Amino acid sequence: MSSSEAAPVSRSGFRTETSGARLLRLGHQLGFFLLSLAVTFLGLTAVTFFIGRFIPVDPVLAVVGDHANHDVYEKTRLAMGLDRPIIVQYVIYLKKVLAGDLGESVMTSQPVLADLLTFFPATFELATLATIFGVLIGVPAGVAAGAQKGRWPDHVVRVLGLFGYSTPVFWLGLVGLFVFYGKLGWVAGTGRLDVGYDDIVTTRTGVLLIDSALQGEWDVFRNAVGHLILPGAILAYYSLAYIARMARSFMIDQLGQEYVTAARVKGRSFWGAVWLHAFPNIMVPLITVIGLSYASLLEGAVLTETVFAWPGLGRYITQSLFNADMNAVLGGTLVVGAVFIGINAFCDFLYKIFDPRLRRA
Amino acid sequence: MIKHLKYALLAGALVAFAPTAFAETPKDTLVIAKQIDDLISLDPAEAYELSGIEVLANSYDRIMRFEPTDITKLVGGVAESNTVSDDGKTFTFKIRSGLKFASGNPVTAQDAAFSLQRVIKLEKTPVFLLSQLGWTKDNVDKLVTAPDDSTLKITITEDYAPSLVYALLSSVVGSVVDSKVAKEHEKDGDFGYNWLKTNSAGGGAYVIKSWKANDSVVLEGNPNYRGGAPKLNRVVLRHIPEPAAQRLALEKGDVDIARNLTPDQANGLSGNKDVAITSVPQALLYYVAMNLKTKEFQDPKVRQAVRYLIDYKGMADTFLKGKMQVHQSLWASGFWASYDENPYSFDADKAKALLKDAGYPDGFSVDMDVPNSDPFTNIAQNVQSTLAKGGIKVNLIPEETKALLTKYRARQHQMLMIYWGPDYMDPHTNADGFAHNTDNSDGAKGHPLAWRNAWPAEEETKMTDAAVKERDTEKRKQDYIDLQKKVLETGPYAIMFQSTDELAQRSNVKGFVEGPSSDVVYYNLTTK
Repeated sequence: MSSSEAAPVSRSGFRTETSGARLLRLGHQLGFFLLSLAVTFLGLTAVTFFIGRFIPVDPVLAVVGDHANHDVYEKTRLAMGLDRPIIVQYVIYLKKVLAGDLGESVMTSQPVLADLLTFFPATFELATLATIFGVLIGVPAGVAAGAQKGRWPDHVVRVLGLFGYSTPVFWLGLVGLFVFYGKLGWVAGTGRLDVGYDDIVTTRTGVLLIDSALQGEWDVFRNAVGHLILPGAILAYYSLAYIARMARSFMIDQLGQEYVTAARVKGRSFWGAVWLHAFPNIMVPLITVIGLSYASLLEGAVLTETVFAWPGLGRYITQSLFNADMNAVLGGTLVVGAVFIGINAFCDFLYKIFDPRLRRA
Repeated sequence: MIKHLKYALLAGALVAFAPTAFAETPKDTLVIAKQIDDLISLDPAEAYELSGIEVLANSYDRIMRFEPTDITKLVGGVAESNTVSDDGKTFTFKIRSGLKFASGNPVTAQDAAFSLQRVIKLEKTPVFLLSQLGWTKDNVDKLVTAPDDSTLKITITEDYAPSLVYALLSSVVGSVVDSKVAKEHEKDGDFGYNWLKTNSAGGGAYVIKSWKANDSVVLEGNPNYRGGAPKLNRVVLRHIPEPAAQRLALEKGDVDIARNLTPDQANGLSGNKDVAITSVPQALLYYVAMNLKTKEFQDPKVRQAVRYLIDYKGMADTFLKGKMQVHQSLWASGFWASYDENPYSFDADKAKALLKDAGYPDGFSVDMDVPNSDPFTNIAQNVQSTLAKGGIKVNLIPEETKALLTKYRARQHQMLMIYWGPDYMDPHTNADGFAHNTDNSDGAKGHPLAWRNAWPAEEETKMTDAAVKERDTEKRKQDYIDLQKKVLETGPYAIMFQSTDELAQRSNVKGFVEGPSSDVVYYNLTTK
């Protein structure tokens, strides 16, 4: 770990030059990052905007409903700016977004930004919990399966993984509710809290576990945990299945390499070779896998959110799409874009920690 | 920091794994599981979705009203009495004395006038309910006035039967808004609209405490309510989209009432002593529309044949049992002036003879747009199979409802299946939709159902116009019955069913009032 720091230090002049160059390089990287961010957002909004305008649903209908008369319909159409050329509509939208105004959602009668601030934390809480469990269980399981290829731990992990991968989440959610909530009563039902616990905690982060813990409302915390466990476990199962499968195949790949044999010849135990030699080498691809799985959960798991009446981002975006509520769809898409870019950047950062080759230059 | 985190994690783990007892619903709170994602506004001048209207029925009093204690009789709400001038154009309402809004402000005739005027001036979806009386932005201040605190005077410029005017004032736009509170929150001359979209300023049994879209609505009792403070002080409507999850929550006692159970689920609960199920007929009509832009449907015999090729009873007795009842005329059963005869039943021979007469002995092919949701998909498949028995080959096109309506309003369909709900409790609402068409051109301003199906409805339009003006109530009733009989023969519709709701409640819950429309669902008499 310390080798890269040690190499070019001996002369002070050398060092200043290096840090100057490093600063420049960091500046370049940051500039490039911001540019790619801007281009991605522009592309995302453009594609979403134009798709939104070309789907065969009349956005005015979402506002006024089917029974409205002609005058109301026309007035609303004009108010929404739908009479203007589509390019003009897009430019107007962009200008507003740059000013921090994502518009108002038709469905919720709230500014889209306020909506995102309530719906995203709900999804964030669920996705983060699921990913933590997915990693904690999935990685060791995958590694063990890969190391024991063809033997019983491998079969167990593979069968469970396949089941997790191929069972419809909708079904699993309902069965889970039926068994653990309906029959056994181990977990709470749908939604984020029971009725009696609503509105006790003031919203700060929107993540109930954090808010309730910060305010010392342990009853609410407990209730929130009860509501989180089941949807969290089901999503964890999915991400676990994926992570374990990938970890297994990465591991099999590494264990076939010569350096592992060399380590064994030098007297390393089998598990020592697996964890100390092979495992560090699967970290980089594994981070990519975990990052992608986390990002896809943060997008919102629509079906899980529907079964568990979870007011999350996935359902918000889906609902808005069905209602041609374009401001909400665009806002949601921007969040999803930001999540992907953020997670990519974070993964890049982790690569540098785990891959010595990326640490230099 | 790390140390704190460790304790926090430990605490988290402990509570997570400790056996958790989940509470029953709080004693003073009625918890209702319902799909409320249709709710988009709580302003009575704008709300036009079923959930929105239901919440408003409980948080605002109206000028005229179907009272919670008797939802079959239209009586005065904030109005104690009313009189009509001899020409039937001017109505004078006496406002009850001593009434108060939830805010404590007295309910006055000015509030009532303000409420009606703001509906017209805001010009949102339900404005047509009142604008059909001849009110416009320019004349409404003159036609709707409050000469003193207890007198509301309204004048209509159209010839409308008084019973229709009363029905309109009992609909959501007849909600009386606390004008002082609305004005306090007024911004840029919006009559408080931006605030009232998510808050309430009424005198109904409840006050709206919060509305979290796609999540919940919380109501709290209004001690000033005319009918007395509600028996349960809090009502929570929880959005649980999945009916199976609603059923589980009801069985566990986490909710007191589940509103969206499927018939299967309701049947599954029949042995459960803790749950009681009631069927409540609704005013929604499910129908097949035939567009006269498709040349085959221009022949009334073909439309008649289609009506004979639907197995109404077969469906109602099997997969729609508990969900639908057969109803074929345009005004739902159980309402004043409904026509309850169902002349059509599946008869392939009769249909084939009609098709032969019309020049289609071998039938024809046609597209049918259908919403891609329950129960439409099942009904559509059944209709497809029975129409095939008469030689009509139906190609089903499943779509998202909003996309389907967009197509319907542009009359680009051939056949289409959808439902229709009344706007208020008077047959004119449906007659106007199904049987009234004053301009059948493509550029017409109005898009009633008759227009959408390119049906000129010349005679039926005249009949509708006559019925709406008829001031003799008995004669008016007969007019509507005649109209319904006529449309059954001539219309471009095969009306099939009237829907039924399954209301599932915990058996300790009593007094919940659910009528045939969202205007008459009341929470305030409920006990548990």
